Amino acid sequence: MAVSTETAAPGTAGTGGRAPRARRRTGGWRTALTFWYFVGPFFIGLLVFTYIPVVWSAYLSFFDARNTVTPLPEDFVGFGNYARMLQDAAFTDSLVTFTVFAAFIVPLTFACSLALALLLNRVRLMRAFFRSVFFLPFACSYVVASLVWKMSIFNGVRYGMANSILDLFGIEDVPWLFDPNPPWYWLVIVTLRLWIQCGFYMILFIAALQQIPEHLYEAAYVDGAKPGWQTFWHITLPQLRATSVAVLMLILIAAYQAFDEFYNLIGNQAYARPPLMYLYTTALGTQQDLGRGSAGALILALIIAIVTVLQGRFLGFGNAEEK
Amino acid sequence: MAFSTDRPSKQALAGLAFNRRRMLALGGLAAGAGALGACGSNTGRGDGGDGVNLYQWYHQYGEAGTQQAAEKYAAAYEDATVTINWVPGDYDTALSSGLLADKPGDYPDVFESHLNRSMVDSGQIVPLDDLFDGVLDDFTDIDVKRNSIDGKVYGIQMIDDPQFLYYRPSLFSDAGITEPATFDDLMAAAAELTTGDVKGLFLGNDDSATKLFQPIVFSAGQTLLTEDHQIGFDKDTVIAGALQVKALHESNSLLIGAPTEAWDPSSIIQGLCAIQWCGLWALPQIIDTYGDDIAVMPFPGFGGGAQTVYNGGWSTFVNAKSEHVDEAKAFAKWLWIDNEEYIQDWCLSYGFHIPPRKSMAAGAEALAEGPAATAVQISQDFGWGDDPNWTPTMETAVDDMMTHIVLEGADPSAEFDTAAQTIQTELDSIFG
Repeated sequence: MAVSTETAAPGTAGTGGRAPRARRRTGGWRTALTFWYFVGPFFIGLLVFTYIPVVWSAYLSFFDARNTVTPLPEDFVGFGNYARMLQDAAFTDSLVTFTVFAAFIVPLTFACSLALALLLNRVRLMRAFFRSVFFLPFACSYVVASLVWKMSIFNGVRYGMANSILDLFGIEDVPWLFDPNPPWYWLVIVTLRLWIQCGFYMILFIAALQQIPEHLYEAAYVDGAKPGWQTFWHITLPQLRATSVAVLMLILIAAYQAFDEFYNLIGNQAYARPPLMYLYTTALGTQQDLGRGSAGALILALIIAIVTVLQGRFLGFGNAEEK
Repeated sequence: MAFSTDRPSKQALAGLAFNRRRMLALGGLAAGAGALGACGSNTGRGDGGDGVNLYQWYHQYGEAGTQQAAEKYAAAYEDATVTINWVPGDYDTALSSGLLADKPGDYPDVFESHLNRSMVDSGQIVPLDDLFDGVLDDFTDIDVKRNSIDGKVYGIQMIDDPQFLYYRPSLFSDAGITEPATFDDLMAAAAELTTGDVKGLFLGNDDSATKLFQPIVFSAGQTLLTEDHQIGFDKDTVIAGALQVKALHESNSLLIGAPTEAWDPSSIIQGLCAIQWCGLWALPQIIDTYGDDIAVMPFPGFGGGAQTVYNGGWSTFVNAKSEHVDEAKAFAKWLWIDNEEYIQDWCLSYGFHIPPRKSMAAGAEALAEGPAATAVQISQDFGWGDDPNWTPTMETAVDDMMTHIVLEGADPSAEFDTAAQTIQTELDSIFG
């Protein structure tokens, strides 16, 4: 989906719309069977592990549900949990933390993965090798990467890697993660996420780049365009629009879901606590306030949905042929 | 955080093996080694027979040999087959979902934890008053209080873990300083002991600002909550203390960003700091490194107040959902109230902990001299323990207040009001 280009999209959509209907008339049940055969397992997983918990969570959000997932009717509190979450400075602060995080990570990830894709698209030598090298970090878990970042690269004592390098220039040890003044922890968090994520989005961009018809460039050259910035700006970037919009949306949603690296690098700190971190401590651990946790989760889900829809509207997700 | 509320912050090692709350409350060493070798659950006995099956849950203790000890105790119990579930990783979360399970074997019958009112309100645990017949007086007031809700005792204290400051007397005498009794003296000492490679004081990485909130309150002779469930500390005390902590943070004599947290003695052992906040559990390990050149002291008093020592620890509870509540209670009593041999073994053979029963603590030879004896003494003289009505939400509120004031320079008055409001809302929702 993310890699379809605008030239391919209308064609496939046109034929794809008619063909199945014609087939259904002749062998409808077989098609249906095949459909469920392929979709069923995934759908059941989605139902059991996503939709039912979401509905249950919505139910819990209206109850004073501490230490229980089956609250009694007298524990009904209406919108009380929602009100408490919205008045809760820690929760609203976490939304601010996220916004700062997104402001860094979304454009940076986008720019880095696009730049990597463009570079690799030009490379003629050992292309597969470089592609793999940049993609590999994506296979690394956030937990493992966090440990490496925290313990060896950015630990706060004299033998941490970053501090050893600073030491060469006579700069004092920096407590990277635990002193928000100046907020060096953003450097640690952002570099870690960039390292892990860029490779994946790079692959999406490479796929999209390869779909751009060569004749567009040739035509441009005939018209006097110069290779480089000019063709990038007027041909490559517009041609990548569908992919770019999808990638932006994916990066943003991933940012909203940030948890692992915060949890493992910093823990539950007021100055760097994303929404999921707060919801995790509210609903799980010893706190076990599943009512407030569920209310917060639904508020967050609503925000993600609104932002995604707005972004889609604004950037034209799904109707890429429009200017 | 430090005070056994919820802060499932993951340390580097913690990601593998421990969370700090657990470690603070208890403590551990050999984190890496323990982490990898300690999965599985086994009593060493078959599951057959028609006797009663009990499931007992522990968090993963860091000290080598603890899991084997727990299994040994379980195997020695004759009235039921006890299966140990030794839980690595985030114990609080694992336990919380375990307590929600419905199938025997999926939930613990007997488990260790820290008492919180919500466990009682939601009917998760049973009162254990009848197990304490004739021996309740043998437990300290602090331990009875932290295991009681509304006059009923729900938990049996398994170990007491005072937390205080470790320091090396030789460094003090070289610098010509004496044991600091006030926070200002501590700041001066830390500054004096700070050199290019060694910082004066280590309180923790992610909690060096937050963990001093409770010492501020208790140093002034106040409490977190009053008996009638109101906020027990006042604004001026807290703000004055928080500003002192802020000054400490700005002084450049604090170690921040050490590879391990303060529950682990590595920082003082590796010479990264001169004074370190840690718990009694780490004493054997520190003595291995420094021999006689180690001493302990209570945390200095804030603004003319008293010195303080936080008494952490763990307690055992019985799951109300258990099919064998009576058998589970009998087992808990057998192991954690009556069995002096095993209690002494658990408290003294691995890391150091104080046996909660006064009669047993008195007989603990390992704690009779040196820094261990000092630790026991200061925990009695200056100690305070957890309040089961103080919820994780309240702790988060004051932690955030401390972080905002100390690290971010926020307006102390406004921060206090925000925290107090959150605590009041929580109190209203529980007791309102």
